Amino acid sequence: MASRAAISADGPLGPGGPSYDEAVTQPGDSFVVARGLSVGYDGSPALTGVDFEISQGVRIGLLGPNGGGKTTLFRALTGELKPMEGQLDVRVSSATVPQTDRTRLDYPVTCLDVATMGALARLPWWRRPGKKDRAMALESLSMVGLAGRARDSFGDLSGGQRQRVLIARALTSDSELLLLDEPYTGLDSASADLLDGLIESLADQGRTVMIATHDVDQARAWDLVLCLNRTQIAFGPPESTLDRDVLEATYGGSIVEIPGQPGQGVLPPHHHDHGGH
Amino acid sequence: MPDFLLDPLASGTTVRALSEITVLGIVSGAIGCWIVLYQLSYSAESLAHGLFPGLVIAALVGAPLLLGGAVGVLIAATLIVIATRLADESADTAIAVVITALFGTGVLLALSPSSPAGIKELLFGDLLGVTYADVMIAAGFGAAVLAALWVLHDRLLAVGFDKGSEQSLGVSVMTLNLILLALVAVTILVAVQSLGNLLVAAILVGPAAAARQVTRRIGPMMAVSVAVAVASGVVGIYASYHLRTAAGASVVVAMVGFYLLAALAGTLQHRLFPARQ
Repeated sequence: MASRAAISADGPLGPGGPSYDEAVTQPGDSFVVARGLSVGYDGSPALTGVDFEISQGVRIGLLGPNGGGKTTLFRALTGELKPMEGQLDVRVSSATVPQTDRTRLDYPVTCLDVATMGALARLPWWRRPGKKDRAMALESLSMVGLAGRARDSFGDLSGGQRQRVLIARALTSDSELLLLDEPYTGLDSASADLLDGLIESLADQGRTVMIATHDVDQARAWDLVLCLNRTQIAFGPPESTLDRDVLEATYGGSIVEIPGQPGQGVLPPHHHDHGGH
Repeated sequence: MPDFLLDPLASGTTVRALSEITVLGIVSGAIGCWIVLYQLSYSAESLAHGLFPGLVIAALVGAPLLLGGAVGVLIAATLIVIATRLADESADTAIAVVITALFGTGVLLALSPSSPAGIKELLFGDLLGVTYADVMIAAGFGAAVLAALWVLHDRLLAVGFDKGSEQSLGVSVMTLNLILLALVAVTILVAVQSLGNLLVAAILVGPAAAARQVTRRIGPMMAVSVAVAVASGVVGIYASYHLRTAAGASVVVAMVGFYLLAALAGTLQHRLFPARQ
């Protein structure tokens, strides 16, 4: 879930030169720098040509079809996948917030137990979370607005609340880069609004939040978008990035026009329906 | 205390049996929770049956049963790995074939006319035949298993909850699963002598399954599981003293009784206090 990674296809002394290139960015300036990055599985690349730089306290929408490389990028950012080409410097600790359907509802844990699990990322394997960690977990729960449910069973919560408990778990790990995997899937609009507010406040506190989503309109409200379709299509502020060409390249040409807003594409409705129900 | 409780204690046999089953109950009750939560009940039973030929051969050649069982577990595990690799069958089919073959071999050896008397006890156990040395060995191994479970508690809880939490643990999910299986194997080895090959799975799975019905957090689940295991042991041994029934089987019958009670209590609890949404 969380890790610190500074990895490169070529080692520090390898043919590609140093993996940590201080000339490109000052330490503390950028959280993540990807340069010509390719990652994949079993020697075949699943995502190529990734090139971006992300600083502190921004919200990045990660757009792309299923199989477009969103999850692959997350796994590279956490250090689970090594670069096949190019380099990737992740200079802060990162934590993935999975979709809630990956977790078990019949499992004997409270919300506080789940939030406390985040502390394991900071502790050596023989150390168990202590009072301090539970206090921090409670703080994380209050940051996501669920301190009042700390003693309740995780499985008793609604989907939106469970998503926020998983975010609290990532906060307990003290990660500055949060990777949210389709967090809006299956949420009603009230829960989605709560999540919007939470993501904004996390960014205001200096955390960088990367959100994989299918909802292009939602991504327009964030600071940056990264469009992937097995290769990087575009990266930049949404207003100057999300034009018709980019969306067509990202989603493979299945774009319909919004009447009266030429140049701005939206996806046909069935693209919004990747529900995890 | 009434005579029906005191009388059995006059016999050293019963006292040793009660000590042994208390030790086994505490260890099995605790590790059983992980077996149930990790859905390893079938694996635990397979391990128990798979080590049977090892036990029989050790008994035939006069080697320590613990050693024979340990070799038996290793052989069973190796064969399972080979079978799942070689055969096109699903893993559980491969395991079933390997385990029944091993168990059949063991029974063939154990029940042959030339085998010494007493070897049949490996099948059904000899709770009333344990010595104080046996109890001390069980207590030593049991303490080691409990210590390992204590150290790994939070990581076992986190991985059982979310298998993708690998990055946050400092221990890989694979390693954690192997350690857990090794601890299960040690517990089986210690318990198999007194409970027998056929009944040992009951004390590993039954109490934890009962506890699962009536608890919603891991701590209380372990406490109830240990209590059910020890109580079944004591009730079973008293019943066997007074009713002249087989000790191991009586313990298992008591355990089934506790499980049915817990299932009833769990159902009532759900009806009376439905989960909050």
